[in-house]
This record gives sequence, C-alpha cells and structure tokens, in this order.
Amino acid sequence: MLHVSPNTATTGIAKGEVLLSVENVSLRFGGVKAISDVSFDILKGEVRAIIGPNGAGKTSMLNCINGFYFPQEGHITYKGVRRQKVRPHEAASSGIARTFQNVALFKGMTTLDNIMTGRTLKMNVGLFWQLLRHGPAMREEIEHRRKVEDIIDFLEIQAIRKIPVGKLPYGLQKRVELGRALAMEPELLLLDEPMAGMNLEEKEDMCRFILDVNQTFGTTIALIEHDMGVVMDLSDRVVVLEYGRKIADGTPDVVKADQKVIDAYLGVAH
Amino acid sequence: MFYRETGQFKTNYADDMAIFPIRQDRIGIAIIIAIALILPFVASDFVLKTILLPFLALSVAVIGLNILTGYTGLISLGSAGFMGVGAYACYKLTTLFPEVNIIIWIFASGFFAAAVGVFFGLPSLRIKGLYLAVATLAAQFFLQWAFVRIPWLFNYNPSGAIEVPLRTLFGVPITGPTAELEVKYLICLGFVIGMTWLASNLVHGRIGRSWMAVRDMDIAAELMGIKLLNAKLLAFAVSSFFCGVSGALFVFLYLGGAEAGTEFAIRLSFLILFAVIIGGTGSMIGSFFGTAFIVALPTILKFGAPAIGIAITGATAEKIVLMIIGALTIYLLIVEPHGLARLWQIMKQKLRVWPFPY
Amino acid sequence: MSAVTSSAPKPLLSPALMATLKVLGIFGAIAIAIVVLVQSGAMPKGSIGHKVLAAPFIDMWDLPDLLVQTLWEGLVAGVLYALIALGFVLIFKASGVFNFAQGIMVVFSALTLVGSYEIMTQRMGLPPGTVVAILALIIAIATMFVLAWLVERIVLRPLVNQNEIIMLMATVGLTYFLIGFGEYIFGGNPKVMITAQLGLPVGQTQFNILGGRVNIQHLDVAAAVIASVMIAGLAFFFQYTRIGRALRAVADSHKAALSVGISLNQIWVIVWFTAGVVALVTGIMWGARSDVSFALEIIALKALPVLILGGFTSVPGAIVGGLIIGIGEKMGEGYWGPLFGGGIETWLAYVIALGFLLFRPQGLFGEKIIERI
Repeated sequence: MLHVSPNTATTGIAKGEVLLSVENVSLRFGGVKAISDVSFDILKGEVRAIIGPNGAGKTSMLNCINGFYFPQEGHITYKGVRRQKVRPHEAASSGIARTFQNVALFKGMTTLDNIMTGRTLKMNVGLFWQLLRHGPAMREEIEHRRKVEDIIDFLEIQAIRKIPVGKLPYGLQKRVELGRALAMEPELLLLDEPMAGMNLEEKEDMCRFILDVNQTFGTTIALIEHDMGVVMDLSDRVVVLEYGRKIADGTPDVVKADQKVIDAYLGVAH
Repeated sequence: MFYRETGQFKTNYADDMAIFPIRQDRIGIAIIIAIALILPFVASDFVLKTILLPFLALSVAVIGLNILTGYTGLISLGSAGFMGVGAYACYKLTTLFPEVNIIIWIFASGFFAAAVGVFFGLPSLRIKGLYLAVATLAAQFFLQWAFVRIPWLFNYNPSGAIEVPLRTLFGVPITGPTAELEVKYLICLGFVIGMTWLASNLVHGRIGRSWMAVRDMDIAAELMGIKLLNAKLLAFAVSSFFCGVSGALFVFLYLGGAEAGTEFAIRLSFLILFAVIIGGTGSMIGSFFGTAFIVALPTILKFGAPAIGIAITGATAEKIVLMIIGALTIYLLIVEPHGLARLWQIMKQKLRVWPFPY
Repeated sequence: MSAVTSSAPKPLLSPALMATLKVLGIFGAIAIAIVVLVQSGAMPKGSIGHKVLAAPFIDMWDLPDLLVQTLWEGLVAGVLYALIALGFVLIFKASGVFNFAQGIMVVFSALTLVGSYEIMTQRMGLPPGTVVAILALIIAIATMFVLAWLVERIVLRPLVNQNEIIMLMATVGLTYFLIGFGEYIFGGNPKVMITAQLGLPVGQTQFNILGGRVNIQHLDVAAAVIASVMIAGLAFFFQYTRIGRALRAVADSHKAALSVGISLNQIWVIVWFTAGVVALVTGIMWGARSDVSFALEIIALKALPVLILGGFTSVPGAIVGGLIIGIGEKMGEGYWGPLFGGGIETWLAYVIALGFLLFRPQGLFGEKIIERI
C-alpha cells in the first residue's frame, strides 16, 4: 500500500535493541527546574508513552530529544551516538520526526505543500535546476510527490489536498501534521498529544494510524497522551513523570498498579 | 461558465504541478503577453515613458521584495539600496568592459546586489520581525551614503551622476539617449517575463516551500530539517538579485541617468514595500497589481485630473498623491489585508461558478 | 510549584550589573590592548590601525574642550531621539502597534504649531507675540487630540487583532497621508520655529574650561530639562493614576483588560494623544534647532535604532538607547567620520544598533524570550 519505508537497513539497530536512551537529563529555565535527573530508554520498534500531570516536563523532554532545548546536565544517546548538544535540523536528518501539542503546521500552505515540506531533507537538486523547474528538479519533484500521495492515501486526506491548512478543522490539521512527520520517513517519531481535542471517532482513527505506522514500517514511536485508555491500549511501555522527575517506568499494567502513579493522578491525603 | 476547469483531467503529476494548471489561465497569460508585445506600438511615447517603463522596471524589484517579505516573511526597508547596487554595478561593468553586451551586464549586476544583500541579511538569523526591518534600514542608509561618497562608483563624474552610455544589441541602440522608447520597452519586457518565470519556478519548488515554512512557523521548519540561516540568506540573495536587476533596468532603460543617491532613497524602498502589501504578499500576480498601482496613480492624478477639468498644479498633485496612497493603503488593509491579489482570486472564484451565486 | 522551583542559589550580583561589568571589562581590555600596541611600536603613527584605533583617542585627550562639546551635542541629540522613541514605546506598549508615524507626528505637530501661528499673525492680523503663540500651542494640542481620536476610529478599530506587519503598514500609510496633508495645508517650505514667542530661552553661553571654550545653547539646556520633567511626569502618570493603571493592564493583555471593564478604545485615544503631545514637545525642540519641514523625516527614522537598543516596551530603554545613539553618533562623526570621508552620521546609528543586536538580540532592557512550542 504505502511505498514509504523507513531505512531500517542502514541503521544497524535490530528490533528490540535500545534506539535512544536518556541518561540523567536535567533542564533548567533560570531558576525553574523543568526536568531533573530523568533516565529512560526507548527500544527499536516499540511504542513508548510518556505520561504525567500537566507541567510534569513531558513536552520539555521531547524538546530535549529533538534538539530544541539543550539540557544542562546528562546525555542523550541516539543510535549509539552520545550527544550533549544537537541542533534541531541535525536531529531531523538523523531520523527523528515530531508532531506538536498545538498544531505547528505551515498555515499559509496547502496540505500537499505541508507534507512535501517533510521531504525537504530527501530532496537535493540545486538552485540552478530549481530556477528552471525542468529536468532533474521536475523529476525529483514528481518522485517525491508520488511518495506524498501515498501518505495522503494512507491518512485518507485526499479531498483536502489543495486546501490551505489554516482553513481545516482541528482534527484534520492533526492528521496533516502526522502526515508531514511521516513524510520524513523517520526512525523515531515523537508525537506530542496526537489526540488532544479530538472526538471519539477521530481518536479511533488516529490510534489506527499510529498502530499502522508502528506495525507496518516498524517506526519507533514515543508519544505523550493524556487519555489513559489510549495510552494503555497503544503503548508497550510507559514512563511517568511528575514535577520533572521520573516516578515510574514499565509496562502499562505495572504502571497502572504503581502507588506513586495513583497518588500523582488522584492526589494524596495529607 | 467560460472560466471553469470541468473536464480538464490531469493524468500525471507534472500536469497537476504546472504553474497554470487550468487551461483558461494559460490562454489568459498568452493573451496578456501578446497585448504587452503590441502595446509599445499603440501607446503614446508619453504613456511609454511615464507609466509602462517604470512599471516594468519596478515590477522586478517588487517581485524581489515579495520573495523576501511575502514568501519568507522578512520585512526589508532596504530594497532601494539594493536596486542602487545593481545600477552602479551595471554602470561600472559596462564602462570597464564596454565590449560585453549590456544585457549580460544588467543580468550580472544582480549578482553584486545579491552579495551585498546576503551580507546585510546576516543579522536575520538572530533577529526577526520589526527588529529586522530596522536593521535593513542600516543597509539602505549605508548604501545611499556610499553612492554619494565613493566617487569611483560614478567614475569621478563632476556632476556626481551616472550617465548611461550608448549600447547596442545587433546594431540597434538599446540604452543611451538615442535608443528608441519601444526598443527599451521590449528589452524591459523580456527581462520582466524571464525573471517572473524564474521566480515562479523557484517559489513552486522545494526552495519556495522551505521559504514559506520559515515564514509560517520557523521552529517547525527547523525541525523538518530546514536550515534557517541558509533559507533566509538564500531569500535575501534572490530578493536582492531581483532588486539589483531592477535597479539596472531602472537607470539604464527608464531614467537614462541617475543622480547619485537621490533616486535610490528611502522613499523608493517604502514605495516598493507598499506595492508588495497593496498587491498582496506571497503572490506573483499581486506584485504586478501593486506596481501598477503605485506607478499609475501619481501619473493619473497629475495628468488625468487636469484633463477632466480639475485644475491642480503639479506640486499640489504630488501632495494629493501622497495622501491618496496613504489613505488607500489603510483602506485596503482594512478591507482586504491580503491585497489586490486576493480580490483577484475572489473574482476568479465568482467567475468559476457564474452564473450561479455559489 | 515548590518542587519545580528548586532553590537555585541567588546570584551575588544582579544579572544586569554582571552584564555591565562584563561590557566594561571588555572595553577595558581593548583599551589596554591598544595602549600596548601603540607603545610597543607595533602600530606606528600614520598606519591604518593607528588612525582607527589610537589617533581619535589621542585627539580626545589633547583637546578635552572639543570632547566636552561633542559629548554635550551628542547628549542633546540623544535626548531628542529618546523623546521620539518614547512616543513609539507608549503606543507599542498600549496597543501593540509599531507606530511608524511617530516621527512624522513630530514634524506634523510642529508644523501645525508654526503654521497656525503664521496664519493667525499674517492672515488674521493678530499681533505677533506670546499670547498668539500660546493660542497656536493650544490649537496644536487640540489637533493632536483630533488626530488621536481619528486614528483610533478610522485605523485602529477596524484593524484590531491583525498581525503586526499589517498594523505597521497601516501606520506607514498614515505617515504618507500626514506628509501629504501637512504639505497641502501648510505648504512645503521650511518654516522657522517660534522659539522666542513661546518663552523658550535663546542665545548661548560660553564656558572657558579645560583650556578651551565650550558653547552651550540655552535652548538645549531647556530641552534637556523639559524632556526630563516630561518623562518624570509620564512615569508618575503611569504609576499612580487610575488611567495609568488601566494602561499598564492593557499593555499586559488586551483580553484581560477588557474583561475587567477597561475600555480599549478610550485607552488608545489617550495613548495616541499622549504620544502626540510628546511629539509636539519634541517637534518644538527640534524645530528650534533647525527648520520645521518634512526633511526632519530622516531624523525621525533615527528613533528606530534607539528602539532596537532599548527594546520596544521599555521607557528606560528608550532613554538610555537615545543617549547611546546620540553620543555614539556625534563621537563617531567627529572623530572617525573624516576617515570615511564624512557624512557617516546618516548610517552610523543603525550600525551601532546592529552591532548591539548581534550580542543582545532582545535589546538592552528586554528579557530573554524562551520560545515555547
């Protein structure tokens, strides 16, 4: 169905091995500690959920992973390479894609152009041919358009292909954003609340897409989500943050039974 | 009824990605180009000289600024300065190497403007929005100063002005005092068509998409793997290239000579920015609407009003032009912040469903 | 929250002081380096390095009276830049509009003042003098109020919530309209400011200090004093009055201000009127130093680098930025200008601002923005 395939052959990391590990990461903004001394790992091919109450540092964690924030302490090892500092576009070219809590689409561009933008790193015909829009430039454009059309088919958004995304309803925007991330053919896909503000039906669709992406292409997924039902159903392992610290880590069943997690969500009597 | 794409099916991606996917649009463009080719032989010398030539020369700069402001979201108030770089570069080149054809030099002068533009675009990595707009004023004032203070640029002319020398193409004079207006017009038109074609190719491809991504949400663009500095500097380079070519056309084909520093003043920068905003940011056709507006309005007022019996002097007319441009800008911003191009789109949409209301 | 704000050790010195010390340290190091270079003979007299790095400072040392004169002129120019920038800041804080027309409002208000004085004395036959001058002043203030009201009605209200570029363009449109309108009504010829008639001091005093003579225009002293009084007054107004509080509320959040019953429209009129009065004062001062005409437009644009330095929302920033630009520009023109063939005043301010921006993109007093996503 989909011809997009993550380049698993080149990575050398087999399913089930550690793809990314976060080691003792701390992040401060001035005097505020957003993340303190958090460690966990993500295995190749799994769906890893990061949960926690509001303000627990989940989004900050994703921002550290794809280079938008630089943690003051600790390291992030990705594909065996230990990094202190990484620029966002470096993270992108090493195969990390991302969606955002508040949709971060390019509002003035069409659905098609948005998803095509995800192919930027894979396109490399230079300025000269781009100016002429013939020969190699056009061939490249068509080749990538084909791949983008596959993604559009996969996400069932054919009808909104040429509509500026600013005019689309929220649920569809989220879907386009997933499409844009998929167009990067990522090895690690970070999803920041992919189902926020959706109705049940949209959530079900989104779950299906996420599972399909994970199972068909073996893409590793790290997701932040507040809907516990979704988290428990989708994910292989869950890490729980509270006030910037890790309070639990394990399979959904283990985490569900953890007293600290229950306290964090329900509150404790003092 | 006449403007409808019903029945025009695309069977491959190349057709679907064409810049004018609808047949009627392609016919329309062909008609416009045909009219533009006939126009110089029909229009009077006066119209050629005061409206058509400046329109063509300036439209290239307006497209250039639109690439920077409309497509990449960076405001520049230095366009006139970059135009000046093109004009002076072209002058130096053609006086140093008179044997090379002027058309090549007009095109080449764009590269000099591009280099200067990239230099002044460097701060754009760290500053955005209004801060960048002010930073580009540095370029404007510095360049304006350089045009006056560095006599090497105007070959130590005692008058301090550029005097456009006679240059020919296949024996026909195309610049200088003896060149025919019609010839100048056709050369200008050739440049405008060629440059517009290049610009629209660029904005429809990978580079254009990365510019718009930077404009719409630079953070997300960076996470897509777009290098912000490269994208912004390329926008500055291309934009200044267009401005430079426009400046060379402006002096060599329209003015025929330029007082150092006065032609490429801050007012012209603003006028170009007005044209972009009035025409519609991020729209090629809008660039032409905007240019037509700012070029035609003063002339129409200055010469049109007396013709219909309203007696105003040239000086008064100039003041009224300023007031009208100012007031109309505000009015357009209120009525249609996306400029004349958006009105054009709405009209096309209406035409598609005509005779039904929707 | 207590768990999140873990007790980070309080820095010994405030960050602003640290930054100042750092800058001073850098300058000190550069100064020592230059002295060492000159003394060691690595930079002989007449070499480019000597001309750029050493000779201007030697000149300053040798002719201290000239230095004082230059500093004073820079200071006065700086005060006027600061005043224009202050008008920008007022409007930007209250309405988020970058009022490009502020510079033109300076010229327009001064032109209204002088123009109405001329009309009253020459066409209506009123006796020239202080009474008519004050009448003209009232007319000018009233005009600024009408302008503020019209701008709110015609420009701001329909454009509320548009993005900043559109608002900026609207004020550029306003700029053009005001230039055309002002020239249409009052003519394009430069006019002389009615300095004496308004009771402002004229003439100059010479001080014999530091082995030379320093000229100080009385008017400049008056300008500095009036500007300080006005800034103090505005600060008081913002801090302690009901309208001032409302203004600050609006600056923080339009929606929140609306929800507690503050009328945005009224606040905008007040702010634009205040900015108009500031513009009028600036216009009088500036007009007294040169002529009143729209050629001042270029000077008015100089307030923009001041804003870059000081930040768009900081009143102290506008003042300090104004002084830095004013003094830096006069010093640059006086001591380094001849190396470039003179006239560098036209762009030096912008280059100074750009230089600052590369090190502190948020301006002198702006806060570092943490981008959230």
